[in-house]
Amino acid sequence: MTGWLLAGGPVIPNFGRPSACLKRNGWFCTDWMGKHWGDTLQPALVQHIELTLVAVGIGFAIAFLLALVGFRWRIFDAPLGGLTDLLYAIPSIALFQLLVPLTGLTVTTVEIALTSYTLFILYRNILSGLRSVPDEVLESARGMGFTRLQTFVRVELPLAAPAILAGVRIATVATISIATVAAFLIQYGLGAPIFDAIETPDLFKTELLASGGLAILLALTADGLLAVVQRAVTPWNRLR
Amino acid sequence: MVASTFVEAFRFMPNHFSLLLEKAGETAELAFTALAIALVIALPLGLWLGHKHRGLLLALGISSVGRSLPSVALIGLGIGILGVGFWNNTVALVVLAIPPVLTNTYFAVEGVDPDAVEAARGMGLTETQILTRVELPLGLPLLLAGLRIAAVFVIATATIAGIFGGGGLGDIMARQVTYGLGGVFAAALWVAGLALLTAAALGVAQRAASRRMTPRT
Amino acid sequence: MPSAAAELVFDEATKVYPGREGAAVDHLSLTVPAGEICVLVGPSGGGKTTALKLVNRLIPLTGGDIRIDGTSILDHDLVELRRSIGYVIQQVGLFPHMTIEANIGTVPKLLGRDRKWIRRRVAELLELVGLDPDKDRKRFPAELSGGQRQRVGLARALAANPSLMLMDEPFGAIDPIVRARLQDEFLRLQHELRKTVVFVTHDIDEAIKLGDRIAILREGGRLAQYDTPQRILEQPVDDFVADFVGRDRALKALSLRTLGDLEPTSAAGDGLPRLPAETNLRDALAVLIAEHREALVVVGADGRALGVVKREDLLR
Ligand SMILES: Nc1ncnc2c1ncn2[C@@H]1O[C@H](COP(=O)(O)OP(=O)(O)OP(=O)(O)O)[C@@H](O)[C@H]1O
Ligand SMILES: [Mg+2]
Repeated sequence: MTGWLLAGGPVIPNFGRPSACLKRNGWFCTDWMGKHWGDTLQPALVQHIELTLVAVGIGFAIAFLLALVGFRWRIFDAPLGGLTDLLYAIPSIALFQLLVPLTGLTVTTVEIALTSYTLFILYRNILSGLRSVPDEVLESARGMGFTRLQTFVRVELPLAAPAILAGVRIATVATISIATVAAFLIQYGLGAPIFDAIETPDLFKTELLASGGLAILLALTADGLLAVVQRAVTPWNRLR
Repeated sequence: MVASTFVEAFRFMPNHFSLLLEKAGETAELAFTALAIALVIALPLGLWLGHKHRGLLLALGISSVGRSLPSVALIGLGIGILGVGFWNNTVALVVLAIPPVLTNTYFAVEGVDPDAVEAARGMGLTETQILTRVELPLGLPLLLAGLRIAAVFVIATATIAGIFGGGGLGDIMARQVTYGLGGVFAAALWVAGLALLTAAALGVAQRAASRRMTPRT
Repeated sequence: MPSAAAELVFDEATKVYPGREGAAVDHLSLTVPAGEICVLVGPSGGGKTTALKLVNRLIPLTGGDIRIDGTSILDHDLVELRRSIGYVIQQVGLFPHMTIEANIGTVPKLLGRDRKWIRRRVAELLELVGLDPDKDRKRFPAELSGGQRQRVGLARALAANPSLMLMDEPFGAIDPIVRARLQDEFLRLQHELRKTVVFVTHDIDEAIKLGDRIAILREGGRLAQYDTPQRILEQPVDDFVADFVGRDRALKALSLRTLGDLEPTSAAGDGLPRLPAETNLRDALAVLIAEHREALVVVGADGRALGVVKREDLLR
């Protein structure tokens, strides 16, 4: 964004003469969007996807382990649930700053914070999914001579799949949304052009709409894709 | 490093107690106003749609779109249209709070055992009576559970307003230069405290509501 | 793989639930001969379910022993024990995420049977329980009626060809007409398969219809009487049993025999009601009462009259 400032000379944006739309700071200046797709919007979008994938992936692994512990030993359920509650309740802008002394102004800092937010949703959904298996189903599994592990792998886990995937869906969409706050810390992801637009005097409307719109579009796409996956892997749920 | 931030934060609290209290009041005011407005709008709509078993796609759509709205962009948009201040932030938060309230209300009522509803209808209860005496009490635990998540979300998000001059505890968090990392941490703990207290209060209500329905053992 | 029916022996089997006063099953001793159906009946809370679950060790014994073909259940490997016992419950407990085929094939698959074998076995079992192997195998449990689900439950329990079947009120949640049909089919199956079956119900009529022997439990899980249906009805050991089987036990006893068991005389049967030989005496009596008649004609399977039976022959 600052490239053209370094060029020196008169401060004229290198995209040539601003269009009429940009001059009156319109909401939807397609010329700006076209010009800056390559240098601003697209890289930010890619970074955003990366942020989300990593956070949800690691968050899922951690939440799954925690949920296993809470499922196997009930006494751990309340403390673990409380911990994920607390992490979720700490505002993102504070959590980002608190991590800076440890991990610096880096993507890692952002990922740690984002991951910790996914735990709240994932932990709950995984656990409630595992617990939702009806007693009579568990009893017939035991009666048929399933071992504890077989019951888990063949009965509890597949039956928990809809709840788990619903959790992944919610966590993914929420992470895409929260990840925009990361730009408070570093120039990374779709939050960067959003903050940039808001901090421009008089608000750079086209940039706000384009980058905010991209974030929404990304979230809706992810939601739709995961919905398809959810349906595909739980055929017994499609009835009714 | 972590320990010293901790110490700083706990030193910050008594030293700036009145500031924290004032800012917490602002955050609470902002969050609860937004929640209240969202409730007034979304609760009746959710109850009605759930009762009619209509608008499943609407409810699902609103919840997906709602969750995907980036709060930063929304608050920015509010500034663009309404200027900096309480109302712009409130409007943004209301928009963020409506989806969870609406969808949770909808699914709480929609999911009530159809046999119970049919029995009530057979006994001659009017539609309103069915809604208020059967569906609402039976769906209440789920509804309160949803409300709890919405409340925590709104309170935590209300602090983002601080970045853009909206006041509240977010104000302290956005100004590390002034208040130091200890101040940021202290404010964060207060926000978490506020959110968890609210969640706990709603959790108590939720348990009370579900206890009424399960037979005593 | 076990297949021949096994003899089941309860030897002073006792269960006391921790933290509860009194036993749920109290020194229960009875022997179920190989290939017979033993029906456990008794009041609610009488310990029937508990007694049943002691056998496949879903509930651990507190005292006494249970033996299958002479070997204590405690000496069996737990998993092997359960896989060798068919278990059917009222709520069926089908796996909602598996097709009917996968449900029925569960235990054979665990036992390492190959896919082709399982396919054949599933088709065979579906046919056996009266479902359509082609149409029904790929459906999910949610797509079936209650009665159909119960049939699948039965097929699943039979899949590994167990030598012993435990059934806890399998037909309890099914409407009377379908229940009667399932009972008939179950008897037909049993006639073919000759499993040892322990069948729990609280319906005395079901017990009389299905049981080779009936065990009546009273509160506290104590055995009140263990006998053939005939003897239970004709010689109840005490007032509890007499009460339990009901005032109409004489009539119920009639239902144990059919017209075919009697010796019809060759009197003229013009204008008399005609009933098939497999009609039980209770139903035959009901017909005579309803039609104000003193005698009826017994008809064989080929539709020819076998002879005439008088009202007093029925009651003899
Ligand atoms: N898991 C358990 N823990 C403690 N007590 C139990 C447990 N299961 C059953 N009981 C008690 O043991 C007694 C026998 O119960 P059981 O379920 O065997 O009765 P049942 O004859 O099957 O009754 P029903 O006809 O109602 O099914 C009852 O008093 C019951 O309350
Ligand atoms: Mg029982």
